[in-house]
Amino acid sequence: MSRYLAARAFQTAITLALMSLVVFVLIGLMPGDPIDMMISGDPQMTSEDAARLRAMYGLDKPLLERYLAWAAQALQGNFGYSRSFGQPVLAVLWPRLLNTLLLAGTAFVLATAIALPLGIWAAQRPRSRADYLINLLCFAGISAPPFWLALLLITLFAVFLGWLPAGGMADVRPGTPWPTALVDQLRHLALPVVTLTLVQLGAYTRFMRGAMIEILRQDYIRTARAKGASETTVLWRHAFANALAPVLTVLALSFGGLVSGALITETMFAWPGMGKAIYQAILDNDYNLALVGLLMATLATIAGNLAADLAYVWVDPRVSIAGDAA
Amino acid sequence: MIRRIFSALLTICALASPAGNRAWAKDELVLAMTQTPGTWNPLISSMLAKSLIANMTARPLTAYDADWKLVCLACTELPTLQNGKARVIDLPDDGKGGGKKGMEVDVELRDLRWGDGTPVSSKDVAFTLEVGKHPLSGVASSEGYKRVLKLDVKDDRRFTMTIDRVTFDYNSIGFLLLPAHIEKPIFDANPAEYRNKTAYDTNSTNPGLAFGPYRIVEIVPGSRIALEQNPTWTGQKPHFKRIVVKIIENTAALEANLLSGSVDYVLGELGLSLDQAIAFEKRHGAKYNVVYKPALIWEHIDANLDNKLLADRRVRQALLLAIDRKAISEKLFDGKQPIAHGGISELDPMFSPAARQYGYDPTAAKKLLDEAGFATLRNNVRQNAAGDRLSIELGTTAGNRVRELVAQVIQSQLRQVGVEVRIKAEPPRIFFEAMGRRTYSGLGMYAWVQRPEGVPRSSLHSKEIPSAENAWSGQNYPGYANPEMDKALDAAERELDIDKRRALFAEIQRLAADDLPSLPLFFRVDPFVIPKALKGVTPTGTLNSSTLWVEQWRWEN
Repeated sequence: MSRYLAARAFQTAITLALMSLVVFVLIGLMPGDPIDMMISGDPQMTSEDAARLRAMYGLDKPLLERYLAWAAQALQGNFGYSRSFGQPVLAVLWPRLLNTLLLAGTAFVLATAIALPLGIWAAQRPRSRADYLINLLCFAGISAPPFWLALLLITLFAVFLGWLPAGGMADVRPGTPWPTALVDQLRHLALPVVTLTLVQLGAYTRFMRGAMIEILRQDYIRTARAKGASETTVLWRHAFANALAPVLTVLALSFGGLVSGALITETMFAWPGMGKAIYQAILDNDYNLALVGLLMATLATIAGNLAADLAYVWVDPRVSIAGDAA
Repeated sequence: MIRRIFSALLTICALASPAGNRAWAKDELVLAMTQTPGTWNPLISSMLAKSLIANMTARPLTAYDADWKLVCLACTELPTLQNGKARVIDLPDDGKGGGKKGMEVDVELRDLRWGDGTPVSSKDVAFTLEVGKHPLSGVASSEGYKRVLKLDVKDDRRFTMTIDRVTFDYNSIGFLLLPAHIEKPIFDANPAEYRNKTAYDTNSTNPGLAFGPYRIVEIVPGSRIALEQNPTWTGQKPHFKRIVVKIIENTAALEANLLSGSVDYVLGELGLSLDQAIAFEKRHGAKYNVVYKPALIWEHIDANLDNKLLADRRVRQALLLAIDRKAISEKLFDGKQPIAHGGISELDPMFSPAARQYGYDPTAAKKLLDEAGFATLRNNVRQNAAGDRLSIELGTTAGNRVRELVAQVIQSQLRQVGVEVRIKAEPPRIFFEAMGRRTYSGLGMYAWVQRPEGVPRSSLHSKEIPSAENAWSGQNYPGYANPEMDKALDAAERELDIDKRRALFAEIQRLAADDLPSLPLFFRVDPFVIPKALKGVTPTGTLNSSTLWVEQWRWEN
């Protein structure tokens, strides 16, 4: 096990190094440099100012040289400063990461908790009215653009009913009793979490339903039923455990999204998360911020896949981390 | 069970209903804007979102008010030649021949105190100039600081600045002061690291960083900024104890927040779009005053004069005559957006009505195109004897819905006179690189931000044509070079007599209107959607935002 984990850690390090190079080069090759944007917005800027700023931010050096300088510092734990915010990159990203984990994590848990039972329930009744209805709702969730869904929820719950805030984070002042602070936090979380949950719910439910229907058709399920096993045992012990593996893959792949954030939902609800930060950093050519943000998302995706690989072993004893069939 | 869950939900909603949050509403104002401020240091980078907040916590020495008149904010009296506080002087020989003229300006600071009680003094002015001039400080545009050759400190509040030239805007001192007692030790430790270590970003809620009516007490990055009254402010006491500025980047969400009561007022400078405000006024005009303030933001189309189709000014004149700007303004902007006759607004004291103004006249446009040699019509597109088709690319910024709509209307209108327009909408960073490097092929539609009585040197002087030699600075993107224009621009900058300056401005406008390196479209309007009970908000239309007078804002029934 420890050898396996060490090998995966090594692979992760290589992947991150390659990703950092690719992202750095891609951002560097994008047309337009930040100084051009500054010139277009400030008629007072002179040619001396432009040259001075390019030298100061290292933009006059070749891309590879800039990357190597960044990588050498990063290896020592210094990921540099954000050009836009004038602060260390991690200081800018850390609070946004926590906000994103709170929002996307809650939505992920909620979507998973609803989607898995709903998918199983629908799989037990294929082509029934209930199944059609669930499918319809799933497709509605998958097809609904998040910005539209967000506006709909804001209009209904914030504008017409006035029950929930239209966006932003809780404004907890010093001295606020914790139950009030908690309620305020939950109120602010409600609409963005519901939006993200509804967007994810359809896909997860469909995957779960599809995997379960496939498994429920297998011979060993028929055998289990013939042996007299109860429907609960058949469903959970024989079918669910086997249907879970492909669903785990889907969930693991969406794990990276927990860190890279949900740009549209964050923008609509004024939620200061990673999605908005990374998007703006790319637009502003804020190399360090964009790079570290995207690397965090990469790391989360790799961690999600590792977790999924370990979970396969747990749900299916035939799988071993060494790759041998039991 | 269901009843229990329902009653629990109702309790939660009641506990946390907006009414519950309104306990402090009378003393608190919740604002919103669409942009996240970056660094909080007022000298490093210029960003409107930052200015809107910084103008509540500090004041520039001078600013243009709502009537576009220069006024003193952090000084006691505006220095002028008339009151003897400004003088033309002979500068000492700089070793390059000497004999140059400069100016001396006497300034006295108002009695102001930073939030920690330290008086705002001449030391702060000296330190601000030192940072502004330092090549490693990270200041974007150092020109304004470098023109101050010398600072003679008379006492804590009085000083004289020596300026390296004779210029009409000698008394426009628009920079915000830095607190030397906090920032100087950081700067002196390592000027190259100052931009990363400034207390504005490492300790943003330090009271010593503010001397305005408010100071920042909380920043939730990307979400909100909270400000509270600054007890050391010596001016008019502000009416609100606390102001919260929320960042909501999506304008549809912004409108929903306004309607839901989560936000009291959206800052007009960074708020709803014009079309949104027009629709909003129709639906909710009973509760809100919508003020359409013409701003000094000039929407126009630059013509690349290196393009042989556009090199003939008759073609450029024909293009402008064939665009029905009045109809565009009425159809798309409900007539709120004033038509521009050039880069100088009609509201600017330097506007000249004598310069040529172009109405919609497709017949005259066709005649001019015929005269320019594009007389043959093939497949509805004009072409000249050499077979060059009058087919031109019109670039603009993608994502700006209004500009994309205007581009489509212009495309349709120019088709009527036999000009084919190919629209190319690109992300701003790509579009502005093409403009700045002058690689755009034909026309480019975007906006310039002007200032009252500003000489349009950067966009019209031949020395401002971007090139590799000047590190692609300068904003003369058309590549316009006219010695007469250069002469008028140079003279207008130096001329101190207002009547003579007005005559020079008239000459600049005449030449620009005749040569048309840029086709004027509109002056953009900032829509301010102000709740009827909120008084004291005065839109300015300039870069000196309405928040410079935030202490006058108040609720009134």
